[in-house]
Amino acid sequence: MTSASNSVGIVAPKTAHFKQPFKVSCGRELPSLDIVYETYGELNAEHSNAVLVCHALSGDHHAAGYHSAEDKKPGWWDNYIGPGKAIDTNHFYVVSLNNIGGCAGSTGPSTINPETNEPWGPDFPTLRVRDWVETQRMLADSLAIEQWAAVIGGSLGGMQAMRWALEYPDRLRHCVVIASALKLTAQNIAFNKTSRTAISSDPDFHEGRYYQHNTLPKSGLAIARMIGHITYLSDGVMGEKFGRDLRSGTFEQGVESELEFQVESYLRYQGDIFSENFDANTYMLMTKALDYFDLAREYDNDAVKAFSAAKCRFLVVSFTSDWRFSPERSREIVKALIGAEKSVSYAEVDAALGHDSFLLPVERYNNLFTAYMQKVAQEQSQGDNHAT
Amino acid sequence: MRHDLVTLNQWIDTGSRVLDLGCGEGILLKHLVDNKAVRGLGVEIDADNITRCIAKGLNVIEQDLDNGLSNFADNSFDTVLLTQTLQAVRRPDYVLQEMLRVGKECIITFPNFGHWQVRLYLMLRGKMPVSKMMPYHWYDTPNIHFCTVKDFELLCKRQDIKILHRTVQAAQGIDEKTKTPHWYNKLWPNFLGAHAIYHVTR
Repeated sequence: MTSASNSVGIVAPKTAHFKQPFKVSCGRELPSLDIVYETYGELNAEHSNAVLVCHALSGDHHAAGYHSAEDKKPGWWDNYIGPGKAIDTNHFYVVSLNNIGGCAGSTGPSTINPETNEPWGPDFPTLRVRDWVETQRMLADSLAIEQWAAVIGGSLGGMQAMRWALEYPDRLRHCVVIASALKLTAQNIAFNKTSRTAISSDPDFHEGRYYQHNTLPKSGLAIARMIGHITYLSDGVMGEKFGRDLRSGTFEQGVESELEFQVESYLRYQGDIFSENFDANTYMLMTKALDYFDLAREYDNDAVKAFSAAKCRFLVVSFTSDWRFSPERSREIVKALIGAEKSVSYAEVDAALGHDSFLLPVERYNNLFTAYMQKVAQEQSQGDNHAT
Repeated sequence: MRHDLVTLNQWIDTGSRVLDLGCGEGILLKHLVDNKAVRGLGVEIDADNITRCIAKGLNVIEQDLDNGLSNFADNSFDTVLLTQTLQAVRRPDYVLQEMLRVGKECIITFPNFGHWQVRLYLMLRGKMPVSKMMPYHWYDTPNIHFCTVKDFELLCKRQDIKILHRTVQAAQGIDEKTKTPHWYNKLWPNFLGAHAIYHVTR
Protein backbone atom coordinates (compact mmCIF):
# COMPACT_ATOMS: atom_id res chain seq x y z
CA MET A 1 0.00 0.00 0.00
CA THR A 2 2.88 2.32 0.76
CA SER A 3 4.73 4.01 -2.02
CA ALA A 4 6.62 7.26 -2.08
CA SER A 5 3.52 9.17 -3.18
CA ASN A 6 1.21 8.07 -0.36
CA SER A 7 3.69 7.97 2.50
CA VAL A 8 4.24 10.83 4.91
CA GLY A 9 7.94 10.15 4.29
CA ILE A 10 10.62 10.64 6.88
CA VAL A 11 9.34 11.92 10.21
CA ALA A 12 10.99 12.91 13.46
CA PRO A 13 9.47 12.60 16.91
CA LYS A 14 9.15 15.67 19.12
CA THR A 15 8.94 15.94 22.89
CA ALA A 16 6.56 18.13 24.89
CA HIS A 17 7.70 18.89 28.47
CA PHE A 18 5.20 19.62 31.19
CA LYS A 19 6.89 21.02 34.26
CA GLN A 20 3.85 21.14 36.53
CA PRO A 21 3.00 18.00 38.57
CA PHE A 22 0.40 15.70 37.03
CA LYS A 23 -2.25 14.34 39.33
CA VAL A 24 -2.90 10.72 38.37
CA SER A 25 -6.41 9.29 38.80
CA CYS A 26 -5.12 6.84 41.42
CA GLY A 27 -4.38 9.85 43.66
CA ARG A 28 -0.62 9.94 43.28
CA GLU A 29 1.41 12.57 41.43
CA LEU A 30 4.02 12.55 38.72
CA PRO A 31 6.35 15.54 39.31
CA SER A 32 6.65 16.34 35.59
CA LEU A 33 5.85 14.78 32.26
CA ASP A 34 7.50 14.20 28.93
CA ILE A 35 5.24 13.29 26.06
CA VAL A 36 6.82 12.13 22.82
CA TYR A 37 4.71 12.64 19.72
CA GLU A 38 4.77 12.87 15.95
CA THR A 39 2.68 14.98 13.62
CA TYR A 40 1.82 14.47 9.96
CA GLY A 41 0.30 17.06 7.64
CA GLU A 42 -0.13 20.77 8.29
CA LEU A 43 -2.27 22.44 10.93
CA ASN A 44 -4.53 24.93 9.14
CA ALA A 45 -4.95 28.58 10.16
CA GLU A 46 -8.23 27.87 11.98
CA HIS A 47 -6.68 24.90 13.83
CA SER A 48 -9.76 22.91 12.78
CA ASN A 49 -8.16 20.01 10.92
CA ALA A 50 -6.38 18.23 13.76
CA VAL A 51 -6.89 14.51 14.27
CA LEU A 52 -5.71 12.62 17.34
CA VAL A 53 -4.63 9.01 16.88
CA CYS A 54 -4.63 6.96 20.09
CA HIS A 55 -2.45 3.86 20.17
CA ALA A 56 -3.28 0.42 21.51
CA LEU A 57 -1.41 -1.87 23.89
CA SER A 58 1.97 -2.12 22.22
CA GLY A 59 1.82 0.92 19.94
CA ASP A 60 3.60 4.22 20.26
CA HIS A 61 3.85 7.66 18.68
CA HIS A 62 5.35 6.32 15.45
CA ALA A 63 2.13 5.72 13.53
CA ALA A 64 3.18 6.62 9.98
CA GLY A 65 6.19 7.20 7.79
CA TYR A 66 9.81 6.28 8.43
CA HIS A 67 12.43 7.52 10.86
CA SER A 68 15.24 7.20 8.34
CA ALA A 69 15.85 6.22 4.75
CA GLU A 70 17.20 2.88 5.99
CA ASP A 71 14.07 2.14 8.04
CA LYS A 72 12.53 -1.10 6.76
CA LYS A 73 9.15 -0.83 8.47
CA PRO A 74 6.89 2.22 8.53
CA GLY A 75 4.85 3.33 11.57
CA TRP A 76 2.17 0.99 12.95
CA TRP A 77 -0.80 2.58 11.14
CA ASP A 78 0.90 3.55 7.90
CA ASN A 79 -1.81 1.63 6.02
CA TYR A 80 -4.32 4.29 7.05
CA ILE A 81 -2.35 7.52 7.57
CA GLY A 82 -0.77 9.41 4.67
CA PRO A 83 -1.50 11.51 1.60
CA GLY A 84 -4.62 10.07 -0.08
CA LYS A 85 -5.14 7.44 2.62
CA ALA A 86 -8.12 7.09 4.98
CA ILE A 87 -6.67 9.67 7.38
CA ASP A 88 -5.55 11.90 4.56
CA THR A 89 -2.60 14.08 5.55
CA ASN A 90 -3.39 16.37 2.60
CA HIS A 91 -6.42 17.45 4.66
CA PHE A 92 -5.64 16.57 8.24
CA TYR A 93 -3.00 17.46 10.77
CA VAL A 94 -2.46 14.16 12.55
CA VAL A 95 -1.11 14.00 16.10
CA SER A 96 0.12 10.65 17.39
CA LEU A 97 1.72 10.31 20.81
CA ASN A 98 3.33 7.76 23.04
CA ASN A 99 1.04 7.53 26.07
CA ILE A 100 2.53 8.05 29.51
CA GLY A 101 3.51 4.76 31.10
CA GLY A 102 4.85 3.79 27.69
CA CYS A 103 8.38 2.85 26.79
CA ALA A 104 9.07 4.85 23.64
CA GLY A 105 10.22 8.10 25.25
CA SER A 106 7.24 9.42 27.20
CA THR A 107 7.38 9.38 30.99
CA GLY A 108 6.99 5.77 32.07
CA PRO A 109 8.34 3.01 34.31
CA SER A 110 11.81 3.19 32.75
CA THR A 111 12.05 6.97 33.41
CA ILE A 112 14.13 8.10 36.38
CA ASN A 113 12.03 9.01 39.40
CA PRO A 114 13.62 12.29 40.56
CA GLU A 115 12.86 11.47 44.19
CA THR A 116 14.91 8.28 44.20
CA ASN A 117 17.18 8.81 41.20
CA GLU A 118 16.22 5.27 40.18
CA PRO A 119 13.87 4.17 37.41
CA TRP A 120 10.24 4.15 38.54
CA GLY A 121 9.90 0.47 37.63
CA PRO A 122 6.96 -1.20 39.37
CA ASP A 123 6.43 1.91 41.53
CA PHE A 124 5.12 3.91 38.59
CA PRO A 125 1.59 5.06 39.45
CA THR A 126 -1.23 2.82 38.28
CA LEU A 127 -2.77 4.39 35.18
CA ARG A 128 -6.28 4.46 33.84
CA VAL A 129 -7.43 5.28 30.33
CA ARG A 130 -8.69 8.61 31.70
CA ASP A 131 -5.10 9.55 32.62
CA TRP A 132 -4.12 9.16 28.99
CA VAL A 133 -7.05 11.29 27.88
CA GLU A 134 -6.04 13.94 30.40
CA THR A 135 -2.41 13.99 29.19
CA GLN A 136 -3.60 14.02 25.57
CA ARG A 137 -5.71 17.05 26.49
CA MET A 138 -2.58 18.73 27.89
CA LEU A 139 -0.76 18.00 24.63
CA ALA A 140 -3.71 19.43 22.65
CA ASP A 141 -3.54 22.61 24.72
CA SER A 142 0.19 22.93 24.12
CA LEU A 143 -0.40 22.56 20.35
CA ALA A 144 -3.23 25.15 20.49
CA ILE A 145 -5.80 22.60 19.33
CA GLU A 146 -9.10 23.63 20.85
CA GLN A 147 -11.18 20.99 19.10
CA TRP A 148 -10.15 17.81 17.28
CA ALA A 149 -11.82 17.14 13.95
CA ALA A 150 -11.67 13.52 15.08
CA VAL A 151 -10.24 11.37 17.84
CA ILE A 152 -9.51 7.92 16.45
CA GLY A 153 -8.37 4.67 18.01
CA GLY A 154 -8.45 0.90 17.66
CA SER A 155 -8.73 -1.54 20.57
CA LEU A 156 -7.33 0.19 23.70
CA GLY A 157 -7.08 3.31 21.50
CA GLY A 158 -10.84 3.15 20.90
CA MET A 159 -11.38 3.22 24.66
CA GLN A 160 -9.39 6.47 24.81
CA ALA A 161 -11.44 7.93 21.95
CA MET A 162 -14.72 7.10 23.74
CA ARG A 163 -13.40 8.53 27.02
CA TRP A 164 -12.57 11.77 25.17
CA ALA A 165 -16.19 12.04 24.01
CA LEU A 166 -17.36 11.81 27.64
CA GLU A 167 -14.70 13.92 29.37
CA TYR A 168 -14.34 16.70 26.79
CA PRO A 169 -17.52 16.65 24.68
CA ASP A 170 -16.80 20.09 23.19
CA ARG A 171 -13.30 19.21 22.11
CA LEU A 172 -13.99 16.69 19.35
CA ARG A 173 -16.39 16.57 16.42
CA HIS A 174 -15.97 12.90 15.54
CA CYS A 175 -15.05 9.80 17.48
CA VAL A 176 -13.88 6.73 15.55
CA VAL A 177 -13.88 3.54 17.63
CA ILE A 178 -12.40 0.48 15.93
CA ALA A 179 -12.40 -3.09 17.30
CA SER A 180 -12.96 -1.87 20.84
CA ALA A 181 -15.29 -2.45 23.81
CA LEU A 182 -17.13 -0.68 26.63
CA LYS A 183 -15.17 -2.97 28.97
CA LEU A 184 -13.22 -6.20 28.73
CA THR A 185 -14.86 -9.58 29.26
CA ALA A 186 -13.61 -12.03 31.91
CA GLN A 187 -11.96 -14.12 29.17
CA ASN A 188 -10.10 -11.07 27.91
CA ILE A 189 -8.88 -10.18 31.42
CA ALA A 190 -7.82 -13.82 31.81
CA PHE A 191 -5.59 -13.60 28.75
CA ASN A 192 -3.98 -10.44 30.11
CA LYS A 193 -3.47 -12.03 33.52
CA THR A 194 -1.79 -15.05 31.91
CA SER A 195 0.55 -12.71 30.03
CA ARG A 196 1.40 -10.79 33.19
CA THR A 197 2.06 -14.05 35.05
CA ALA A 198 4.46 -15.14 32.32
CA ILE A 199 6.41 -11.91 32.89
CA SER A 200 6.29 -11.88 36.70
CA SER A 201 7.43 -15.49 36.95
CA ASP A 202 10.49 -14.88 34.79
CA PRO A 203 13.47 -15.00 37.23
CA ASP A 204 14.94 -12.00 35.42
CA PHE A 205 11.90 -9.87 36.31
CA HIS A 206 13.03 -9.21 39.92
CA GLU A 207 9.57 -7.89 40.81
CA GLY A 208 9.92 -5.19 38.20
CA ARG A 209 13.36 -3.97 39.36
CA TYR A 210 15.22 -5.60 36.50
CA TYR A 211 16.86 -2.31 35.48
CA GLN A 212 18.83 -2.32 38.75
CA HIS A 213 19.80 -5.98 38.21
CA ASN A 214 20.90 -5.34 34.64
CA THR A 215 18.59 -8.04 33.38
CA LEU A 216 15.51 -8.11 31.15
CA PRO A 217 12.64 -10.59 31.60
CA LYS A 218 12.90 -11.53 27.95
CA SER A 219 11.44 -15.01 28.08
CA GLY A 220 8.43 -13.83 30.11
CA LEU A 221 7.80 -10.93 27.80
CA ALA A 222 8.19 -13.20 24.77
CA ILE A 223 5.57 -15.61 26.14
CA ALA A 224 3.25 -12.68 26.85
CA ARG A 225 3.65 -11.55 23.26
CA MET A 226 3.05 -15.07 21.94
CA ILE A 227 -0.21 -15.33 23.89
CA GLY A 228 -1.22 -11.91 22.63
CA HIS A 229 -0.33 -12.78 19.08
CA ILE A 230 -2.38 -15.99 19.07
CA THR A 231 -5.43 -14.13 20.36
CA TYR A 232 -5.02 -11.21 17.96
CA LEU A 233 -5.12 -13.55 14.97
CA SER A 234 -7.88 -15.96 14.02
CA ASP A 235 -7.80 -19.74 13.69
CA GLY A 236 -8.53 -19.29 9.99
CA VAL A 237 -5.71 -16.91 9.23
CA MET A 238 -3.17 -18.96 11.18
CA GLY A 239 -4.23 -22.05 9.25
CA GLU A 240 -3.89 -20.16 6.01
CA LYS A 241 -0.57 -18.58 6.85
CA PHE A 242 1.20 -21.56 8.45
CA GLY A 243 -1.00 -24.62 8.31
CA ARG A 244 0.98 -27.57 9.63
CA ASP A 245 4.00 -26.75 7.52
CA LEU A 246 7.34 -27.70 9.00
CA ARG A 247 10.21 -25.30 9.23
CA SER A 248 12.69 -28.01 10.11
CA GLY A 249 12.81 -31.75 10.70
CA THR A 250 10.84 -34.59 9.19
CA PHE A 251 8.07 -37.03 10.16
CA GLU A 252 9.69 -39.84 8.16
CA GLN A 253 9.58 -43.11 10.09
CA GLY A 254 12.93 -44.37 11.27
CA VAL A 255 14.32 -40.85 11.43
CA GLU A 256 14.40 -38.99 14.71
CA SER A 257 14.88 -35.28 14.20
CA GLU A 258 14.21 -31.98 15.89
CA LEU A 259 10.88 -30.76 14.56
CA GLU A 260 9.63 -27.24 14.32
CA PHE A 261 6.36 -26.11 12.81
CA GLN A 262 6.31 -22.84 10.90
CA VAL A 263 3.87 -21.42 13.42
CA GLU A 264 6.30 -22.17 16.26
CA SER A 265 9.11 -20.42 14.48
CA TYR A 266 6.88 -17.43 13.72
CA LEU A 267 5.75 -17.05 17.33
CA ARG A 268 9.29 -17.44 18.63
CA TYR A 269 10.46 -14.73 16.25
CA GLN A 270 7.63 -12.37 17.20
CA GLY A 271 8.26 -13.00 20.90
CA ASP A 272 12.01 -12.42 20.58
CA ILE A 273 11.67 -9.16 18.67
CA PHE A 274 9.09 -7.84 21.11
CA SER A 275 11.04 -8.83 24.23
CA GLU A 276 14.04 -6.85 23.03
CA ASN A 277 12.06 -3.73 22.19
CA PHE A 278 9.33 -3.44 24.78
CA ASP A 279 9.44 -2.73 28.48
CA ALA A 280 7.96 -5.38 30.76
CA ASN A 281 6.69 -2.87 33.33
CA THR A 282 4.93 -0.96 30.56
CA TYR A 283 3.31 -4.21 29.45
CA MET A 284 2.07 -4.86 33.00
CA LEU A 285 0.75 -1.31 33.33
CA MET A 286 -0.93 -1.14 29.91
CA THR A 287 -2.71 -4.50 30.27
CA LYS A 288 -3.95 -3.46 33.71
CA ALA A 289 -5.33 -0.18 32.29
CA LEU A 290 -7.14 -2.30 29.68
CA ASP A 291 -8.57 -4.59 32.37
CA TYR A 292 -9.68 -1.72 34.60
CA PHE A 293 -11.42 0.25 31.83
CA ASP A 294 -15.19 0.37 32.15
CA LEU A 295 -16.71 3.27 30.27
CA ALA A 296 -19.91 3.35 32.31
CA ARG A 297 -18.54 2.69 35.81
CA GLU A 298 -18.92 6.30 36.94
CA TYR A 299 -22.33 6.53 35.26
CA ASP A 300 -24.23 3.97 37.38
CA ASN A 301 -22.95 1.26 35.02
CA ASP A 302 -25.32 2.61 32.40
CA ALA A 303 -23.59 3.10 29.05
CA VAL A 304 -26.55 5.10 27.69
CA LYS A 305 -26.16 7.53 30.57
CA ALA A 306 -22.41 7.63 29.99
CA PHE A 307 -22.79 8.63 26.34
CA SER A 308 -25.59 11.12 26.98
CA ALA A 309 -23.13 14.01 27.48
CA ALA A 310 -21.27 13.28 24.22
CA LYS A 311 -21.72 15.80 21.41
CA CYS A 312 -19.64 14.30 18.62
CA ARG A 313 -20.62 11.89 15.87
CA PHE A 314 -19.43 8.30 16.10
CA LEU A 315 -18.15 5.68 13.70
CA VAL A 316 -17.86 2.20 15.18
CA VAL A 317 -16.18 -0.64 13.28
CA SER A 318 -15.68 -4.30 14.16
CA PHE A 319 -14.25 -7.34 12.35
CA THR A 320 -16.06 -10.67 12.04
CA SER A 321 -13.06 -12.86 12.90
CA ASP A 322 -11.99 -10.74 15.88
CA TRP A 323 -12.64 -12.86 18.97
CA ARG A 324 -10.60 -10.75 21.38
CA PHE A 325 -12.79 -7.66 20.75
CA SER A 326 -15.69 -9.37 19.03
CA PRO A 327 -18.41 -7.62 17.01
CA GLU A 328 -20.74 -8.28 19.95
CA ARG A 329 -18.66 -5.81 22.04
CA SER A 330 -18.96 -3.17 19.32
CA ARG A 331 -22.71 -3.77 19.07
CA GLU A 332 -22.94 -2.95 22.77
CA ILE A 333 -21.27 0.39 22.08
CA VAL A 334 -23.66 1.05 19.18
CA LYS A 335 -26.72 0.06 21.19
CA ALA A 336 -25.76 2.50 23.95
CA LEU A 337 -25.15 5.27 21.42
CA ILE A 338 -28.53 4.69 19.79
CA GLY A 339 -30.13 4.67 23.24
CA ALA A 340 -28.48 8.01 23.98
CA GLU A 341 -29.77 9.35 20.62
CA LYS A 342 -26.28 10.04 19.28
CA SER A 343 -25.22 10.12 15.65
CA VAL A 344 -23.63 6.76 14.96
CA SER A 345 -22.66 4.59 12.04
CA TYR A 346 -21.58 0.99 12.47
CA ALA A 347 -19.94 -1.51 10.14
CA GLU A 348 -19.13 -5.14 10.84
CA VAL A 349 -16.34 -5.85 8.39
CA ASP A 350 -15.92 -9.37 7.08
CA ALA A 351 -12.18 -9.87 7.57
CA ALA A 352 -10.20 -13.02 8.28
CA LEU A 353 -7.30 -11.48 10.15
CA GLY A 354 -8.79 -11.34 13.66
CA HIS A 355 -8.21 -8.42 16.00
CA ASP A 356 -5.15 -7.36 14.00
CA SER A 357 -7.46 -6.53 11.06
CA PHE A 358 -7.67 -2.97 12.33
CA LEU A 359 -3.99 -2.47 11.53
CA LEU A 360 -3.91 -4.32 8.23
CA PRO A 361 -5.06 -3.43 4.72
CA VAL A 362 -8.67 -4.64 4.43
CA GLU A 363 -10.45 -3.28 1.37
CA ARG A 364 -13.94 -2.75 2.78
CA TYR A 365 -12.61 -1.27 6.02
CA ASN A 366 -10.38 1.06 4.02
CA ASN A 367 -13.29 2.15 1.80
CA LEU A 368 -15.69 3.00 4.57
CA PHE A 369 -13.04 4.57 6.81
CA THR A 370 -11.93 6.72 3.84
CA ALA A 371 -15.55 7.68 3.01
CA TYR A 372 -16.17 8.69 6.62
CA MET A 373 -13.00 10.76 6.92
CA GLN A 374 -13.72 12.48 3.60
CA LYS A 375 -17.03 13.68 5.03
CA VAL A 376 -15.18 14.89 8.13
CA ALA A 377 -12.79 16.83 5.87
CA GLN A 378 -15.67 18.22 3.79
CA GLU A 379 -17.67 19.54 6.72
CA GLN A 380 -14.48 21.00 8.14
CA SER A 381 -13.80 22.98 4.97
CA GLN A 382 -17.47 24.03 4.82
CA GLY A 383 -17.20 25.14 8.44
CA ASP A 384 -14.12 27.17 7.61
CA ASN A 385 -15.97 28.85 4.75
CA HIS A 386 -18.79 29.82 7.10
CA ALA A 387 -16.29 31.33 9.47
CA THR A 388 -14.74 33.57 6.83
CA MET B 1 -37.77 12.15 -7.65
CA ARG B 2 -38.94 8.62 -6.95
CA HIS B 3 -42.76 8.48 -7.02
CA ASP B 4 -43.06 6.86 -3.63
CA LEU B 5 -41.00 9.70 -2.08
CA VAL B 6 -43.70 12.22 -2.94
CA THR B 7 -46.23 10.15 -1.03
CA LEU B 8 -43.95 9.41 1.93
CA ASN B 9 -42.95 13.03 2.34
CA GLN B 10 -46.39 14.14 3.47
CA TRP B 11 -46.53 11.57 6.28
CA ILE B 12 -43.20 12.52 7.87
CA ASP B 13 -42.91 15.53 10.16
CA THR B 14 -40.06 18.01 9.88
CA GLY B 15 -37.33 17.37 12.45
CA SER B 16 -38.75 14.00 13.52
CA ARG B 17 -36.74 10.84 14.27
CA VAL B 18 -36.80 8.41 11.36
CA LEU B 19 -35.48 4.84 11.24
CA ASP B 20 -35.13 3.46 7.72
CA LEU B 21 -34.90 -0.34 7.70
CA GLY B 22 -33.16 -1.73 4.64
CA CYS B 23 -32.14 1.79 3.65
CA GLY B 24 -30.08 0.67 0.65
CA GLU B 25 -27.68 3.33 -0.49
CA GLY B 26 -29.60 5.94 1.49
CA ILE B 27 -31.44 7.82 -1.28
CA LEU B 28 -34.69 8.13 0.67
CA LEU B 29 -32.98 8.88 3.98
CA LYS B 30 -30.75 11.53 2.40
CA HIS B 31 -33.84 13.11 0.84
CA LEU B 32 -35.58 13.22 4.23
CA VAL B 33 -32.51 14.60 6.01
CA ASP B 34 -32.06 17.33 3.39
CA ASN B 35 -35.71 18.28 2.89
CA LYS B 36 -37.36 17.44 6.18
CA ALA B 37 -34.42 17.91 8.53
CA VAL B 38 -35.20 14.53 10.07
CA ARG B 39 -32.80 12.92 12.52
CA GLY B 40 -32.36 9.80 10.47
CA LEU B 41 -30.78 6.41 11.05
CA GLY B 42 -30.51 3.71 8.41
CA VAL B 43 -30.22 -0.03 8.89
CA GLU B 44 -28.58 -1.96 6.09
CA ILE B 45 -26.85 -5.28 5.50
CA ASP B 46 -25.03 -4.73 2.21
CA ALA B 47 -21.39 -3.65 2.61
CA ASP B 48 -21.25 -1.37 -0.45
CA ASN B 49 -24.55 0.29 0.43
CA ILE B 50 -23.26 1.02 3.93
CA THR B 51 -20.19 2.74 2.51
CA ARG B 52 -22.42 4.75 0.12
CA CYS B 53 -24.57 5.89 3.06
CA ILE B 54 -21.45 6.91 4.99
CA ALA B 55 -20.21 8.82 1.94
CA LYS B 56 -23.50 10.74 2.00
CA GLY B 57 -22.89 11.64 5.63
CA LEU B 58 -25.81 9.50 6.83
CA ASN B 59 -25.94 7.50 10.03
CA VAL B 60 -26.18 3.83 9.14
CA ILE B 61 -25.98 0.65 11.21
CA GLU B 62 -24.98 -2.72 9.82
CA GLN B 63 -27.62 -5.14 11.02
CA ASP B 64 -29.69 -8.08 9.76
CA LEU B 65 -33.41 -7.33 10.13
CA ASP B 66 -34.11 -11.03 10.51
CA ASN B 67 -32.30 -10.87 13.86
CA GLY B 68 -34.82 -8.35 15.15
CA LEU B 69 -34.55 -4.82 16.45
CA SER B 70 -33.78 -5.57 20.09
CA ASN B 71 -31.11 -2.86 20.15
CA PHE B 72 -33.80 -0.21 19.63
CA ALA B 73 -35.93 0.97 22.56
CA ASP B 74 -39.74 1.12 22.51
CA ASN B 75 -41.14 4.25 20.85
CA SER B 76 -37.66 5.61 20.19
CA PHE B 77 -38.52 6.79 16.66
CA ASP B 78 -41.40 8.84 15.29
CA THR B 79 -41.48 6.90 12.03
CA VAL B 80 -39.99 3.56 11.01
CA LEU B 81 -39.70 2.96 7.27
CA LEU B 82 -39.54 -0.33 5.42
CA THR B 83 -39.50 0.32 1.69
CA GLN B 84 -39.45 -2.54 -0.81
CA THR B 85 -37.99 -4.86 1.84
CA LEU B 86 -40.97 -6.54 3.56
CA GLN B 87 -41.03 -9.29 0.94
CA ALA B 88 -37.35 -10.08 1.54
CA VAL B 89 -37.39 -10.68 5.30
CA ARG B 90 -37.75 -14.13 6.86
CA ARG B 91 -40.69 -13.23 9.13
CA PRO B 92 -42.61 -10.20 7.85
CA ASP B 93 -45.13 -10.51 10.70
CA TYR B 94 -42.36 -10.36 13.31
CA VAL B 95 -40.61 -7.45 11.59
CA LEU B 96 -43.92 -5.54 11.51
CA GLN B 97 -44.44 -6.07 15.22
CA GLU B 98 -40.90 -4.93 15.97
CA MET B 99 -41.35 -1.84 13.78
CA LEU B 100 -44.48 -0.87 15.67
CA ARG B 101 -42.75 -1.39 19.00
CA VAL B 102 -39.83 0.88 18.02
CA GLY B 103 -41.77 3.50 16.07
CA LYS B 104 -44.91 5.46 16.77
CA GLU B 105 -45.86 5.19 13.11
CA CYS B 106 -44.59 3.00 10.30
CA ILE B 107 -44.50 3.28 6.55
CA ILE B 108 -44.26 0.11 4.52
CA THR B 109 -44.01 -0.20 0.77
CA PHE B 110 -43.99 -3.42 -1.24
CA PRO B 111 -44.66 -4.70 -4.74
CA ASN B 112 -48.28 -5.90 -4.95
CA PHE B 113 -48.38 -9.52 -6.07
CA GLY B 114 -52.08 -9.09 -6.75
CA HIS B 115 -51.46 -6.66 -9.62
CA TRP B 116 -53.26 -7.63 -12.82
CA GLN B 117 -50.06 -8.08 -14.79
CA VAL B 118 -48.75 -10.56 -12.22
CA ARG B 119 -52.04 -12.44 -12.23
CA LEU B 120 -52.11 -12.52 -16.01
CA TYR B 121 -48.52 -13.73 -16.24
CA LEU B 122 -49.20 -16.58 -13.87
CA MET B 123 -52.50 -17.47 -15.51
CA LEU B 124 -51.32 -17.42 -19.11
CA ARG B 125 -47.76 -18.70 -18.73
CA GLY B 126 -48.17 -20.84 -15.61
CA LYS B 127 -44.79 -19.63 -14.35
CA MET B 128 -43.69 -17.38 -11.48
CA PRO B 129 -43.73 -13.85 -12.88
CA VAL B 130 -40.49 -12.22 -13.96
CA SER B 131 -40.72 -8.54 -14.86
CA LYS B 132 -38.88 -5.25 -14.63
CA MET B 133 -40.34 -4.84 -11.17
CA MET B 134 -39.66 -8.44 -10.14
CA PRO B 135 -36.49 -9.27 -12.05
CA TYR B 136 -35.53 -12.52 -10.26
CA HIS B 137 -36.34 -16.18 -10.86
CA TRP B 138 -38.20 -18.09 -8.16
CA TYR B 139 -35.01 -19.94 -7.19
CA ASP B 140 -32.61 -17.00 -6.85
CA THR B 141 -34.91 -14.27 -5.61
CA PRO B 142 -34.28 -12.47 -2.31
CA ASN B 143 -38.04 -11.82 -2.32
CA ILE B 144 -39.19 -14.83 -0.37
CA HIS B 145 -42.49 -13.46 0.94
CA PHE B 146 -44.45 -11.79 -1.82
CA CYS B 147 -47.92 -10.72 -0.77
CA THR B 148 -50.89 -8.89 -2.17
CA VAL B 149 -52.62 -5.77 -0.90
CA LYS B 150 -55.37 -8.00 0.46
CA ASP B 151 -52.88 -10.30 2.23
CA PHE B 152 -51.19 -7.35 3.88
CA GLU B 153 -54.43 -5.89 5.12
CA LEU B 154 -55.49 -9.25 6.55
CA LEU B 155 -52.21 -9.41 8.48
CA CYS B 156 -52.78 -5.89 9.78
CA LYS B 157 -56.24 -6.90 10.96
CA ARG B 158 -54.90 -10.00 12.68
CA GLN B 159 -52.18 -7.99 14.44
CA ASP B 160 -54.48 -5.08 15.38
CA ILE B 161 -52.51 -2.71 13.21
CA LYS B 162 -54.35 0.47 12.31
CA ILE B 163 -54.01 1.61 8.70
CA LEU B 164 -53.77 5.41 8.61
CA HIS B 165 -53.28 5.74 4.84
CA ARG B 166 -53.03 3.47 1.88
CA THR B 167 -51.85 4.41 -1.57
CA VAL B 168 -51.25 2.20 -4.55
CA GLN B 169 -49.40 3.23 -7.65
CA ALA B 170 -49.48 1.71 -11.08
CA ALA B 171 -46.26 0.51 -12.66
CA GLN B 172 -46.13 3.76 -14.63
CA GLY B 173 -46.27 5.73 -11.38
CA ILE B 174 -48.31 8.79 -10.62
CA ASP B 175 -50.39 11.26 -12.59
CA GLU B 176 -47.89 13.88 -13.76
CA LYS B 177 -50.56 16.60 -13.68
CA THR B 178 -51.95 16.11 -10.21
CA LYS B 179 -48.83 14.50 -8.67
CA THR B 180 -51.13 11.94 -7.10
CA PRO B 181 -51.79 8.32 -8.02
CA HIS B 182 -54.04 7.83 -11.04
CA TRP B 183 -57.69 7.87 -10.03
CA TYR B 184 -58.31 4.38 -11.32
CA ASN B 185 -55.80 2.89 -8.86
CA LYS B 186 -58.10 3.74 -6.01
CA LEU B 187 -60.91 1.91 -7.72
CA TRP B 188 -59.53 -1.57 -7.37
CA PRO B 189 -56.17 -1.33 -5.62
CA ASN B 190 -55.36 -5.01 -5.33
CA PHE B 191 -55.83 -5.41 -9.08
CA LEU B 192 -54.58 -2.13 -10.50
CA GLY B 193 -51.86 -1.14 -8.04
CA ALA B 194 -48.33 -2.33 -8.74
CA HIS B 195 -46.74 -0.68 -5.68
CA ALA B 196 -48.46 -0.51 -2.32
CA ILE B 197 -47.64 2.16 0.25
CA TYR B 198 -49.06 1.88 3.76
CA HIS B 199 -48.94 4.27 6.67
CA VAL B 200 -49.79 2.35 9.83
CA THR B 201 -49.81 2.66 13.61
CA ARG B 202 -50.72 0.61 16.70
